[in-house]
Amino acid sequence: MLEKLQKCTKSTRCLLVISQQTKTNIMAEYTLTINKESKIVNVAEDTPLLWVLRDALNMKGTKFGCGRALCGACTVHLNGTAVRSCSLPVAAATSGEITTIEGLSEDGSHPVQEAWIDHIVPQCGYCQPGQIMAAASLLNNNPNPSDEDIEIAMAGNLCRCGTYTRIKEAIKTAASKS
Amino acid sequence: MFPFLKSKTQEAKIFAVSRRQFLRVTSISTTGLILGVHFAFGNNLKNQHQESLKTVFKPNAYLKIDLDGTVIIVAHRSEMGQGIRTSLPMVVAEELDADWSRVKIIQAEGNEAKYGNQNTDGSFSVRMFYKPLRQAGATAKALLIQAAANQWGVLLAQCRAENHQVINTTNGNTLDYGALAEAASQLPMPDVESLVLKNPKDFKFIGTLLPIVDNKDIVTGKAIYGMDAVMNGMKIAVIARCPVVGGKVKSFDAASAKAISGVLDVIELTSGLLPPQINVPLGGVSVVAENTWAAIKGRDALNVEWDFGPNSNFDSAKQLNEMTSSLSKKGNARMERGNVDSNLSSASHTIDYSFEAPFYAHGTIEPPAAVASVVDGKCEVLACTQHPEGAKEAVAKALKIKPENVTVNVTLLGGGFGRKSKPDFIVEAAMLSQKTGMPIKVIWTREDDIHHDFYHAQSAQNIRVGLDAQGKVTAWNHKTCFSSIVATSVVEALEPADFELGLGAVDIPYDFKNLRIETLPAKAHARIGWIRSVSNIHHSFAIGSMIDEIALARKKDAADNIIELLGNDRDLDHEGIKWDIKPYNEKKEDYPMSTGRMKNVIKLAREKSNWGKSLSGKRAQGIAFHHSFLTYVACVVEVAIDDSGTITIPEVHYAVDCGVIVNRDRVISQFEGGAAFATSLALNSAITFKNGRVAQNNFDGYQIARMPDAPKKVFVHLVESDVKPTGVGEPPVPAFIPALANALSRASGKRITKMPMMVS
Repeated sequence: MLEKLQKCTKSTRCLLVISQQTKTNIMAEYTLTINKESKIVNVAEDTPLLWVLRDALNMKGTKFGCGRALCGACTVHLNGTAVRSCSLPVAAATSGEITTIEGLSEDGSHPVQEAWIDHIVPQCGYCQPGQIMAAASLLNNNPNPSDEDIEIAMAGNLCRCGTYTRIKEAIKTAASKS
Repeated sequence: MFPFLKSKTQEAKIFAVSRRQFLRVTSISTTGLILGVHFAFGNNLKNQHQESLKTVFKPNAYLKIDLDGTVIIVAHRSEMGQGIRTSLPMVVAEELDADWSRVKIIQAEGNEAKYGNQNTDGSFSVRMFYKPLRQAGATAKALLIQAAANQWGVLLAQCRAENHQVINTTNGNTLDYGALAEAASQLPMPDVESLVLKNPKDFKFIGTLLPIVDNKDIVTGKAIYGMDAVMNGMKIAVIARCPVVGGKVKSFDAASAKAISGVLDVIELTSGLLPPQINVPLGGVSVVAENTWAAIKGRDALNVEWDFGPNSNFDSAKQLNEMTSSLSKKGNARMERGNVDSNLSSASHTIDYSFEAPFYAHGTIEPPAAVASVVDGKCEVLACTQHPEGAKEAVAKALKIKPENVTVNVTLLGGGFGRKSKPDFIVEAAMLSQKTGMPIKVIWTREDDIHHDFYHAQSAQNIRVGLDAQGKVTAWNHKTCFSSIVATSVVEALEPADFELGLGAVDIPYDFKNLRIETLPAKAHARIGWIRSVSNIHHSFAIGSMIDEIALARKKDAADNIIELLGNDRDLDHEGIKWDIKPYNEKKEDYPMSTGRMKNVIKLAREKSNWGKSLSGKRAQGIAFHHSFLTYVACVVEVAIDDSGTITIPEVHYAVDCGVIVNRDRVISQFEGGAAFATSLALNSAITFKNGRVAQNNFDGYQIARMPDAPKKVFVHLVESDVKPTGVGEPPVPAFIPALANALSRASGKRITKMPMMVS
């Protein structure tokens, strides 16, 4: 499985940055560009982007699943590419454009979201924002992925309800429309 | 599902809804018509539960029509991916002839006196509420039609309802439901028994596909789960719990935790209870902080010294070996008919295999999380719970306040699978709120979830089969050994409980005249709980695998073999069970287990899967049948094993008879997803204990199926039926596991006897 994750890193250029979660009390001010808006936050410098989004900015669409970049529920985009926000320290996110599920489209009209709606992909839905962000990143990099491309790119995103077959179909639908 | 876990009141409520139900107008409001389903016992029921049931007779609001015509349906069961927030409202809207685009769903708080059973577990939401909710819709429609007839001054027979309107069939005039709501609310209730429910051929919603009501909120990130719940001024708590169940805090040093900015307080919660109980938290040391990251770091910084207690030597591998060895001993016979021993000794051929399965954790992608606020002796909760009433009672008990002073609001659940039936994480939040005077959100990290779950118990089983010279099965001796769920509450519980044997062991459908099912003890050293399909997981694995071995011994086609072993078409009589079995808490006669329906799904799976197709290399199909939660499932799994021993699953076919199909798409999706869930159990997942503590930490050690591991294609073939509906949440799991084992055994040439299954 780790091998698959490494392949994922390579093929989709996901940044699986494992933060060194050192004990620190240093609070600092960071300016982030999130969904094309500038946000200033004052947080501990080792805070993962996930908790900046969820706690400091009250943006709950990005989900906490594992805290170790193993499940993909927290996937957001940094400069258009999927990253695991639970393992990306805020300091590493200041230089790029961050996109979260709330900013992928204004009204759920991104081709990946539309395909997800059409295929009724979600069951419990908790992992789906992360799945959608990973899929959108895949299509940014590879507009016509094969089944194998999809499996490799999506291997980092767990779905306990097991919606994988529909995720795959929805990605193909989105690819055909975008 | 688990009556021993319930108070008498709760248990009685399960009975109540399976009896006569009626409806009445529960309140007349200026905003429109409110209808409630009112559950009551018929006169025929006179038993010890009657006294405690008086509270159930309170009216409740299930359905409301606003003056603008908006139909508001209360979803009273928890949504965890099964689609219940869509399926049950579809049933109401069907009989109401509502316009689905004008239906709004709101989620009920926990209040079983008002709504009936809310314990979302055991795959019974649709089974239990199909008829009462049809009646709820039909009653509202009857009142709206009456109101229209009154307004027009015409006979009822001249009026009919269609798509949110009542139509005067004589002149074509129409009145919208919104225009009729107020008048309808003034009318006397029709007798529910006189209501004519729709003919299924006139159904507009039931049996069709409707997208889940939360679809768009989920894909836009707006859906709110327990982990997302917020209360004003809330603080976050993360708790250090003893890694060994029954262990307690000896001492702790909070200084370094408190040094972390954002950490507000460090609070001890009582720990060390044995048996650990279903409704009580493990206790430990809680770090309360301004934000989640500070709470996590604070907890990491804590220095806790534990007294690990009596389970600190528990080694699960050692216990599993002992359990498997014990299978050679005579067990406690729980079901027996005919003469097994003499037929085994006179058999011309015997088959004997032992099977092992590990502990499983639920691994819901949303870890447990809850917010609670205790103010002036009253507690308000927001939580991802499958069982809000149980949570309410557990919180009340822990806070020493009355249950009516606890309100449990239910969020969406990011997966449940039985984990979120237990209220421990909710009680933690409530206790901390009471202690701090602040709203507290408790979050479990993934490590907390893997280390402190209520696990599906590991199991060892042996099945010995005798065949005569003609290949007829003359004896079946099944021994099953696993720690009981009851042991989490009762220390003396050493062997599987009756209800656990009713999950796939003693409800065995095969027509074996000489049969014995025995149990052997396995003391629990962890919190044992239930996971999707419960004991059916290991029972179906062992039984379905042995049935396939019998096919090989008899040189029969595996599908034909299953059909033959089921015997004549009949309803199972369960002869030889040593207690009065109530399959899935229903009366046998209400949901007879029909071998005819079993054979039907096996034939359907055989036909649709192109069973017996020629496959080259290390590829094979496997087939199994398993009846669970009163639903009939046959499964064909195709596997491919590559040169490195990697297993892939190109194709799965399910044939399913669940009676009436409510939301076709959600029935199908439960099976699609169930195949992936069962793949995890069969191939990927195992919890082990060393020195009393769980050896896995996160999704690296505790693996669940990722997209490349999961079945590539899942085809679901549904039997069209007018028989009353049964559940589909859990039934996808059990049939899949032996079908996969049988495919792997045939592809590899070696019988698979252990989970996680391996072929090299």
